[in-house]
Amino acid sequence: MTDPLLHLSRRTALTSLGLGALAVMALPGAAQAGDAEMEAALRDLIGPARASAKKGRILIDLPALAESGNSVPLKVSVESPMTPADHVKRIAIFADRNPRALIMDVTLGPRAGRAEVGTNIRLSGTQNVSVYAQMNDGTYWTETRNIQVTIGACDSLLLRF
Amino acid sequence: MKRPLAVSVVGLLLAAAGIAAAQQDLAAYVSGDRRSGFTFLAPETRALQTDEFRNPGMLWVEEGERLWSVAPPGGQSCAGCHKDAAVSMKGVAASYPAYDEEQKHVINLEQQINQCRGRQKQPALAWESRELLALTAYVGRQSLGMPVAVKIDGPAAQSFARGKEEYEMRRGQLDLSCAACHESQVGAKLRAEVISQGQMNGFPIYRQLWQTMGSSHRMIAWCNEAVRAETYPAGSQEYVDLELYAKWRGRGLPVETPAVRR
Amino acid sequence: MAAATRIRVPATARRGEIMELRAIIMHPMENGFRMETNGEYVPVHIIHTFVCRYNGAEVFRARLEPGIAANPYLAFTTRATESGTIEFIWLDDDGTFEVAAATVEVT
Ligand code: HEC
Ligand code: HEC
Repeated sequence: MTDPLLHLSRRTALTSLGLGALAVMALPGAAQAGDAEMEAALRDLIGPARASAKKGRILIDLPALAESGNSVPLKVSVESPMTPADHVKRIAIFADRNPRALIMDVTLGPRAGRAEVGTNIRLSGTQNVSVYAQMNDGTYWTETRNIQVTIGACDSLLLRF
Repeated sequence: MKRPLAVSVVGLLLAAAGIAAAQQDLAAYVSGDRRSGFTFLAPETRALQTDEFRNPGMLWVEEGERLWSVAPPGGQSCAGCHKDAAVSMKGVAASYPAYDEEQKHVINLEQQINQCRGRQKQPALAWESRELLALTAYVGRQSLGMPVAVKIDGPAAQSFARGKEEYEMRRGQLDLSCAACHESQVGAKLRAEVISQGQMNGFPIYRQLWQTMGSSHRMIAWCNEAVRAETYPAGSQEYVDLELYAKWRGRGLPVETPAVRR
Repeated sequence: MAAATRIRVPATARRGEIMELRAIIMHPMENGFRMETNGEYVPVHIIHTFVCRYNGAEVFRARLEPGIAANPYLAFTTRATESGTIEFIWLDDDGTFEVAAATVEVT
């Protein structure tokens, strides 16, 4: 959305203020995330098993639209009886456009009772959040949710104060 | 430089839609035509504030609760003089800034706490320090839900008049007054921010942009810098006066400390 | 200064019941992408690991990355098995750690 508040000159001034201010958060060259970062994160964390990951069983609870990428509430639940014979042992959460795709890697077991975790995450902008859940037999399930982010964790009006 | 700024119809409509969606929840955050910044937040952000456990500002409140009964070497603890904060501090934050007999001018809550640090024979706590934010948040929390009611007459009248003047004064390279944004542009967007009425009922606030707690004076300095204006130091009389005027604008709004804002 | 923490553990639970546990810690979770006034990036400084133990046995562990918001909040569950202590441990990449604990009575 454009800035109804500002005439062009003012908008330019404010934008440059946002970018030029002393304490602005800037992304180093290599930090622009993308497919390569996501690929590398999946390769390192999940390895070849991801090729056979099945879609489903995972509920990703995220707002459809987040007003601040600095803190977005996230809850992940995986369908599982969580018994010694049949349980989730790992939940890995990724954001495919963040400078670092991996957000959290959870280890759990039958004592959890339910396979779920809630937290607040940072998102650099509109993107996909993907979850990989590993069962005790080693197989993976996966799910992805797209989320719109109004103010990315890196493009707010960051001033000195 | 041209004024006035175009009113954002889109922004106002969006704000209106947001209000309709959760009218009942929000009634407590409105007083007359005054609307707390809470009403300008997305439901997820509002939920973060009202969940006493998830609200990150409660970390500071609990820290303040702990500090309240710590006696410094050679001095008394806050509790030593004020006993139970739930009784002695109830309603205090709703009435600050206030005229102080000792200083002979209006002071804000942080300054009152630092005045008591003197009574504890301790040096003043720095603005935005973890301890000062914690104590201010803890004292503020004791007024949760109470209506903002500051005195603006008698010995506070001068300060109030100066604050109003400061509020309406155009400043900075963008040549905007506080009122130009928080009265004329309510609901409009400043880059990705939605401009609220700039109410003071939630301080210190947990601001997601800062990813930490911040004082009312840090907020004013941020707004000054947003229009590329000179800032005054935290604790300056200019900011105390502005705070008094801005707090009065929100008379009747509930104290929300620690409020969560974008 | 020690980081402030807050935890939620039910005071009592029935054996077999699934309890919700919550934990939050005051921490900037510096992600390494924030520039200081001197033009230098603030170095990465995060809580990298969170562990929950129930009477000494690990029941939940999370590796945290800079994509976790400042003042990390975690909510998860565990099945009530016996009365005892539930411990929460946060490991900071500066080498320090924080511990908070609460007791639960299982009937
Ligand atoms: C030696 C006693 C003493 C100690 C210790 C003390 N205070 Fe006070 N405090 C006072 C007195 C006397 C007043 C009233 C006079 C004034 O307004 O300064 C007061 C007033 C206040 C007020 C304003 C109350 C109102 O109704 O306006 C606040 C807030 C406050 N103190 C907070 C604190 C905090 C926080 C601490 C600990 C850091 C503390 N005090 C420690 C004596 C003390
Ligand atoms: C260029 C527009 C602009 C100007 C001018 C401006 N502000 Fe703000 N102000 C904002 C924005 C954007 C925010 C953050 C979003 C919001 O709550 O409005 C904000 C927030 C605030 C808040 C926090 C509101 C809350 O709910 O916690 C206060 C208080 C405030 N401003 C006071 C002032 C004061 C006092 C001045 C004059 C010195 C001023 N502002 C000038 C744009 C402005």
